[in-house]
Amino acid sequence: MSRVWIIKSILLLIIITLMIIAGAQLYEHRHFKLPIVAGQGVTKVAKLSDYAEGVKETVADTNVFYLEGKEKGGKMFIMANTHSNEPAAILTALIFVENALVDKGTLIIIPEFNNSAGRNTRPGDGYPLYYEIPTEWGSKKFRMGNRDASPLDQWPDPDVYVHYPDKQLLSFLDVRNTNRTWPGRPNGPLMERVTYGAMQIMREMEVDIAIDIHGAETMFPVTNCIVAPEKSMRIATMTSLTVKAREKFDNHVEPSPSGFRGLSHREIGDYSDTLPFLLEAPLPFLDQPTGPKTVKLLLDGKDPFLLSLSKKRKLFVPYDETGWPMEKRVGQHCSVILEIIRQFSRKFPERAVELRNVPRYADVVKNGVGHYYHDPDKVDKAVVHFN
Amino acid sequence: MPLIMILYYIICAYIAGMLVWNFIREKKSVNDMLLYLLVMIPLVLRILRVK
Ligand SMILES: [Zn+2]
Repeated sequence: MSRVWIIKSILLLIIITLMIIAGAQLYEHRHFKLPIVAGQGVTKVAKLSDYAEGVKETVADTNVFYLEGKEKGGKMFIMANTHSNEPAAILTALIFVENALVDKGTLIIIPEFNNSAGRNTRPGDGYPLYYEIPTEWGSKKFRMGNRDASPLDQWPDPDVYVHYPDKQLLSFLDVRNTNRTWPGRPNGPLMERVTYGAMQIMREMEVDIAIDIHGAETMFPVTNCIVAPEKSMRIATMTSLTVKAREKFDNHVEPSPSGFRGLSHREIGDYSDTLPFLLEAPLPFLDQPTGPKTVKLLLDGKDPFLLSLSKKRKLFVPYDETGWPMEKRVGQHCSVILEIIRQFSRKFPERAVELRNVPRYADVVKNGVGHYYHDPDKVDKAVVHFN
Repeated sequence: MPLIMILYYIICAYIAGMLVWNFIREKKSVNDMLLYLLVMIPLVLRILRVK
């Protein structure tokens, strides 16, 4: 073998080794299945494709959990991981799926709404591939996803995304963002089919309240809040005031802009009888000027750069050495959801939803998030569903 | 899979093939050899539908 070929072989070997190491990690991440333990309250598990033929046999298909009470009442729909890089959402949804006991009405929950985005990552930002939540029986491992669906599942992106049906021009990337593709259509791009499926659930089941759980940067004004359109405004305001008075945490109300199309809090209300709410909790991990994007930052929200910005009053939320731990964010989401249900049920008693066994803010802060998860190895296999 | 997606994979494979060809033909510059291989990584991962 000539000298040139010896060099080439060595280079080739190094690159192939690198490619296998990196590729295997990405492959494993894309195919990692999260076990979700259906609690005693779960009465049925369906698929999104039962409502939208267009997502059948695609990565976008996802589990839909039903918790039906013995007594008839209203219907409430919770979506989490619309943006799969905002993990407080799925952590909150799983607390409901694993623990909630519904006495009256129906609770419908999709823990991983954008299943393709949950299998995508952002290597350029150094995103971790997984994060783990400590529990009493070990730790529960979750995939860390991305904001947008994977290009492996929906491609190509247009130069400009022309929103359907309003024809508003949105960024090309938003064609893979399930909080821009509402209300969707049955045969549009895959993510429009996902939101169409959710719209079908709401229309067919006559859902009263829809809650879309998110997280947002501390430097972004729409954070730590409830986003609501005109028709949901009263309940959102009452909820905000009540949690502030009773549970001592801030969660202001932001009006849903009517001129900005494609968002859940806008289109769900405009294209169905459902009252939409979008919940934001602070997520320091998403802020641009932070240190490395580590799992620790994701979970405790502590960052020295944000702390110094906070002292210069550049943040939209209170921020000190304690950061923004996950327990606080998940606890807020739990309490706000329970309070929205209570306010709605008071206003429309004939469509009331009554449930128990879901912790509130103070409980989650005290016990931690993992306290509410069950060991999938210790329960009947029939109640473990993979997402 | 839509037609454009298929065309995209064909383009990926074509460019990856050209890089392999250039890598084989390169006789002097070790730097260039390495660059051809590095540029190939994302193309190969896409063709294998890993990333
Ligand atoms: Zn979001």
